[in-house]
Amino acid sequence: MFAYLIRRLVYVLPVAVGVSIICFLLVHIAPGDPLTAIMPVDATQEEQAAMRSAYGLDKPLPVQYAIWIGKAVTGDLGKSIATGRPVAGEVFSAVKNSLLLAFTASVIAFPIGLLLGFIAGYFRDTIIDRLVTAFAITGVSVPNYWLGIVLVIVFSVQLGWLPSMGAGPGGSGQWAWDYAHIKHLILPSVTLAVVPIGIVARTVRALVGDIFSMDFVQALYAKGMRHGDVLRHVIRNAAPTALSVMGLQLGYLLGGSILIETVFNWPGSGFLLSNAIFQRDLPLLQGTILVLALFFVSMNLIVDVAQAAIDPRIKRS
Amino acid sequence: MTVVADTAEVAEPVRKAPGYWAGVFKRFLNDPVAVTCTIVVLLLILAAIFAPYLGLNDPYKASMIKRLKPIGFPGFPLGTDEQGRDMLARLIYGGRLTLFVGLVPVVLAFFIGSTLGLVAGYVGGWINTIIMRTVDVFFAFPSVLLAIAISSALGAGIINSLVSLTIVFIPPIARVAESATASVRALDYIDAARATGGSALTIIRVHVIGNVLGPIFVYATSLTSVCMILAAGLSFLGIGVRPPEPEWGLMLNTLRTAIYINPWIAALPGVMIFITSLCLNLLSDGLRSAMNVKD
Repeated sequence: MFAYLIRRLVYVLPVAVGVSIICFLLVHIAPGDPLTAIMPVDATQEEQAAMRSAYGLDKPLPVQYAIWIGKAVTGDLGKSIATGRPVAGEVFSAVKNSLLLAFTASVIAFPIGLLLGFIAGYFRDTIIDRLVTAFAITGVSVPNYWLGIVLVIVFSVQLGWLPSMGAGPGGSGQWAWDYAHIKHLILPSVTLAVVPIGIVARTVRALVGDIFSMDFVQALYAKGMRHGDVLRHVIRNAAPTALSVMGLQLGYLLGGSILIETVFNWPGSGFLLSNAIFQRDLPLLQGTILVLALFFVSMNLIVDVAQAAIDPRIKRS
Repeated sequence: MTVVADTAEVAEPVRKAPGYWAGVFKRFLNDPVAVTCTIVVLLLILAAIFAPYLGLNDPYKASMIKRLKPIGFPGFPLGTDEQGRDMLARLIYGGRLTLFVGLVPVVLAFFIGSTLGLVAGYVGGWINTIIMRTVDVFFAFPSVLLAIAISSALGAGIINSLVSLTIVFIPPIARVAESATASVRALDYIDAARATGGSALTIIRVHVIGNVLGPIFVYATSLTSVCMILAAGLSFLGIGVRPPEPEWGLMLNTLRTAIYINPWIAALPGVMIFITSLCLNLLSDGLRSAMNVKD
């Protein structure tokens, strides 16, 4: 197990470095000068040069990268061009809100997806299977930013039951588990949960259906094992793959919540990112994407290790 | 010599056994859901192409006094948008850009990704390492995040959306192509072809492509729905197609303010995205079972 962990870590490090290079280069594939956003139109050559060296933009690219990554590993992601505040602090509080949304969505999505997928796989090729499959493919196909708007139309505009935007009276900083806050969480997390419900249900259905048609299930029945105990064996066989799909989905939820956060004005990383896009605040853009991508990379690592821990076949390969 | 050739011709069976693709086609036609979805997608594409000949209103013509009229308003079957433009015309014209930016990146990524995967899987060694580790780095980003990151760095515009979405879909296709190629390469008949002196290019062209292209193609079709949703999503965020062009994601964005006045008009562009993506998914599922491809 320990050897496997080391092997995975050695593999992940170059990927993480590559991810940081792409985030760094984002600023440099951007057309135009990153300084034009902050400099007044009538700035003199000297002022521009002073600003350039203040942001380190006068040095060659590899040197700029080395300086940037050197600071980033100590938690310094530079200063936002628009607000002048440290990027790391803004990203940290925004990611906290995004995580809250992503975790709530997965708490809704995973049990429903697992249950639906298992039922459909168990009753394969029956009417139940077809209903679940139809529901799952609808969930996978729905553009969730549109679904969010439809839910707002129904539950906020027409019925007036739930708020349509924001994270509650505490604003972006103060979250509390009371009804005044939780009611702000309901619509965005349900919207965000629909796609992973579909994906988890589809995967688990195929998985469980395949396992039921394997020889060992026949053998267990043949030796007279009770139905409930056979199910336990099937679930144990399905667990590693189901777990890895859910882990990946959690990562996607965090990175993919950008559109949903925009729809609901949820003060998370996606909201921060879309502000950064409109103000062309490149350090903020760079920092947010780096943190989200590295979170996704570590999520993958955790999933792989957890999968190996419960499935002895993986360690050996 | 001629005699031998003649006998060979006579010995040829009169009826040829139906080929693989004929079988696929027949199975696909027997799947009513897949056929319906194919027809819907084709109709949407044809309507988008021939939009100027359908006798629709001008999709750009705004009117201050006819803003946000309801569905069924005289002269405007699907009502009007926040600038008084005809919704029906804008939805049909909107298919042009939405379908173009939603489908072309998958086609481009299919060619580039398959080529990269084929080369990496067939050649192996350090070329494989370079290609696949680079692919891994791009794969480390959630697709939505990568699309938004590249699009926002490049700025809004149709070409930039095409570029960023193509980059997003190359890594998954290259991975599928690489693993399919690597498993075919390990088969005995490839060794036999090499032993008889076939060059790498000939072997790839004659023996490998035919065996790996099916699974890669099916996988690529399963990405079209995601690509459509992402393309419209970029426009929804304001980093895709620029106004005043009709595009479903952009329309969904500009109509957001209308949800308090005429909510069902505001939801219409999303219905179009939903129907298209659902049909693309069902079409891909139908193709997968007709071609008998396992994940």
